Amino acid sequence: MIVHSFHGGIHPPDNKHFTNRIPFKYLSIPQKSFIPLQQHIGKPATPVVEAGQFVEEGQLIGQANGLISANVHATVPGKVVEIAEYHTPYSEHGLCVVIESDGSFNTSGRVRQKNDFLTLDKEALIGKVQSAGIVGLGGAAFPTSVKLNPPANRTIDTLIINGSECEPYLTVDDMLMRTHPEEIIEGTQIAMKILGINKAYIGIEKNKPLAIKALQTAAANVKTHEITIIPLNMRYPQGAEKQLIYAITGREVPSGGLPMDVHVVVQNVGTIYAIREAVLFDKPLIERYITVTGKIVRKPGNYKVRFGMRVSDILEECGGLAENPSKIIMGGPMCGLALNHMDIPVVKGTSGILFLAKDETKVTPFRSCIRCGRCVSVCPMNLMPCDLGNAAEKQRYDIAEKLHPFDCIMCGSCSYICPSKRPLSHFIKVVQTALSAKR
Amino acid sequence: MEIKDADKKRLLENLVLSNAPHIRDTQSVPLMMWLVVLSLMPATIFSCYLYGLYVALVIAVSISSAIVSEIIMQYLLKQPITVNDGSAVITGLLLAMNLPPHVPLWIPAVGSAFAIIIVKQLFGGLGYNIFNPALAGRAFLLASWPVEMTTLWHRFPNGYVIAQNPIFNAAMPQQLIDSISGATPLGALKEGPKLLQELSLQAQPLYDFLFSKAMIKSLFIGNIGGCIGETSALFLLLGALFLLWKKIITWHIPLSYIATVAAFMGIYYYFKGVPNLPYAILFHVLSGGLILGAFFMATDMVTTPVTKTGMIIFGIGCGVLASIIRLWGGYPEGVSYSILVMNGITPLIDKLTRPKVFGT
Ligand code: SF4
Ligand code: SF4
Repeated sequence: MIVHSFHGGIHPPDNKHFTNRIPFKYLSIPQKSFIPLQQHIGKPATPVVEAGQFVEEGQLIGQANGLISANVHATVPGKVVEIAEYHTPYSEHGLCVVIESDGSFNTSGRVRQKNDFLTLDKEALIGKVQSAGIVGLGGAAFPTSVKLNPPANRTIDTLIINGSECEPYLTVDDMLMRTHPEEIIEGTQIAMKILGINKAYIGIEKNKPLAIKALQTAAANVKTHEITIIPLNMRYPQGAEKQLIYAITGREVPSGGLPMDVHVVVQNVGTIYAIREAVLFDKPLIERYITVTGKIVRKPGNYKVRFGMRVSDILEECGGLAENPSKIIMGGPMCGLALNHMDIPVVKGTSGILFLAKDETKVTPFRSCIRCGRCVSVCPMNLMPCDLGNAAEKQRYDIAEKLHPFDCIMCGSCSYICPSKRPLSHFIKVVQTALSAKR
Repeated sequence: MEIKDADKKRLLENLVLSNAPHIRDTQSVPLMMWLVVLSLMPATIFSCYLYGLYVALVIAVSISSAIVSEIIMQYLLKQPITVNDGSAVITGLLLAMNLPPHVPLWIPAVGSAFAIIIVKQLFGGLGYNIFNPALAGRAFLLASWPVEMTTLWHRFPNGYVIAQNPIFNAAMPQQLIDSISGATPLGALKEGPKLLQELSLQAQPLYDFLFSKAMIKSLFIGNIGGCIGETSALFLLLGALFLLWKKIITWHIPLSYIATVAAFMGIYYYFKGVPNLPYAILFHVLSGGLILGAFFMATDMVTTPVTKTGMIIFGIGCGVLASIIRLWGGYPEGVSYSILVMNGITPLIDKLTRPKVFGT
C-alpha cells in the first residue's frame, strides 16, 4: 500500500533555488587534508599508516575496527605529515590522518575497468562494499555493508532508495539523480542482487520533477528487476527512514525496531551511487558531492569534494561570503551541526555546508509553553513534544520516561514550529541522555 | 582568493552556536497574540458605534487594569516583565467584551485585576493557568456583583430594542413587555414563557417573534442587546476567518462547539414542535456570545487541549454544557460556564487523547 505521505511534518521554505540549477563542479585539492579515522557510526578505524609515509590516492589508511566500523582511505596522494587529534564533526578530539598532497592522481586518471557484477556472488559484492569503506551518505553514516547484510532471521523483501532530500537548501541528491540516473538504477540492481530481492522503490519528493523523470526513464529500460519510482508529497521529514518506509509500503517500523523488522532496507541515492563505484570499479569512498549554499555564499553550488578538505578551504574555493555568517552548518538546516570555526573537515556523512545570514536563522530566547499543540500535530512520531519539553525543563525525567522519549527521531519539526521557540528536540535529547545514563 | 587568518577570525565574529534546527517558523507568541487583538477590532469598533463611546472607556479601563496587574505581579514575583507579548491585552479586551455595555468602570478594573492576578499569575503565568482568565474574571464578577452585571443591558442609543418592536408589542401583554424589555434575546427566551404561563397565555407568539427571520438578521448584523462583544456575529466572524486564515486557530473547537449546540437545539425544538426549526437553531447559534466564545475563548490555547481529538471532545463538551444551561440551567446563555468547566477537565482530555506513538 503506497501512502505517499505520513502523519505530521512541516513545510519549511525549501530554498533549493540557490543551487538546484548549478551543475556539479570539482573543487581543487587542498594543500592539506585532515582525514578523520571516524567518519561513521561505530568504532573509529585503526590507523595503518605512519607519519612520514607516502600514500597513494585511495590507499587504505584506517582499517575498520570491529563489525560496526568502516575503512578509511587516503583521499589524496601525498605525505602523511602527522596522525593527530583535530576537531572533526564527530568529536572535538578526533584522530585524523593529515596528508600533504603530492604525487599523481593515479586512481582518478586511470581508464576504468568495469567488473561484471552479475558474475559475483553476494559475499564478494558485500566484500567490495565493505572494503571500499562505504557508509550511509544521507547523513547517518552507518556502515553500508552491515545494513546490506541483515541477520539470517530477518527476511528482506523490499529495497527503498531514499531520494527525497527533504532537508531545505540541499540539492546534491537531486543533482545526482538528474545527472546520473542510469548509474543509480544500476547501483540499485547491485543492491538488489546483494539482498537477493526483486523489488525496489525510489522515493523522491515532488519538488524534484526532473529527477523523477530521469529515473523513470532509466528504470523503464530495466527488464530483470522491478524498480518503481514513487513521487512523494513534499513534507519534512519525508526522508526520515521510518516515515519513508511508511509512505512507500504502509508498514510501521515498530518502536525501538529497525527497518529490517518490517523487511525493508533503506539506502540513500548517494550511497547507491557509491556502491556501484565500489562494485564495478573497486573504487574506495574518498569523495562525495556536497551542496555549498546560503544566500551570502558568493559561488554557491554542488561540488565534488574529497573527504578531509576543511570548510575554510571549501569556502575559499566558493568565493567567500558577502557578509559575516550567523551560522555555519554542516548538513541541512533542520538536522545539521552548527560549527564554531571553519577548520573542520568534510566527512563521508556531510551532505552540505550552509552559511546562514542573520535573518535566516533567528535565535530568540524561548518562552514558556502556551500549549498551542502545534508541536503535537507536526510530530511525525506522534509524540507529545510539549510535555516532554516541560518535563525536561523541570528535570522530571520520571514523567518524561513515560512519554516515549526514545521514539523521537530528532527531526526538529517540533522546535521548528513552536511559537514559543522552545528547543524541544534539544530538550528531548537531554531526556534521552539523562535516562540512558540512569540505565 | 586567499583567506588569511585574521580574515578568518573576523568572519566568525557574528557566529552563534545553537542546537538544530537552525531555521524556525516565523510565527511567534507575541505575533499570534497581537493578531488575535487585531482580529477582535472589527467587533470592538462596531460595539463602540452601537453602544456609544462609553464602551470604549470600559474596554480601555479593562485593558489598562490587565496590563498594570501583570506588570505589578511579575515585578513582585521577580519574573521578567512580559506584558508586551500581548496576552494581558487579550485578557483585558475579552473580559470587557463579556461585560454589559453600561457597567460602572470599577467593574472592568476589578475583573481584569482578578483575571490577571489570581487566575493567570498565581497559577504561574502565561501557559500555566488552567482557566481562561477573562472568563474566570467574568464569572467572579457575576457571582460577586450580580446586579451591576445584569441590570444595565438596556440602553442602546443606536440599537434595536425588543420592547420597541411593534409586532412584538401588539402580540404581547404589557407585563411581559415590561419585564423583558431590558433583556437579551436569550433572556427573553428564558423568562418569557414562564411569565406567559403565569398569565395563562400562549407562548407561541413569543417563539414566533424570537425565531423569526427579522430576529436572525438582527442577531447576525448585531443591532441587538447583549454584552459589549457578542452583538455582531458578522464582525466576529470576520475576525475569526482572519485567525483561521493566519492559522492561529483551527476549526476543531469552534466547529464542534457550534455544531453541537445546533444539533442539540435542533433536536430539542423538533420534539417541542416549534414551527420555525431552522430559525430556532440559528437563534441559538447567533445569540448569547456563542460566536464570541467558540472562536475567541474556547480557542485559547493555554486552557484547551493540545491534541486534535481532544479539541473536538472539548468543543462537543462545551456545546452540550452550554445547551443544557440554556435550556434547563439558571443562566440564559451558558457559554462562559461551559468553557470554564471544560477548561477544568482539559488536563484529563489531554491525557486520554494522547496519540498512538508511531510503531507502537
Ligand atoms: S519529538 Fe522528536 S520526532 Fe517528534 S517532532 Fe520533535 S524531534 Fe521530531
Ligand atoms: S509548540 Fe511550543 S508552545 Fe505549542 S504546545 Fe508545543 S511546546 Fe508548547
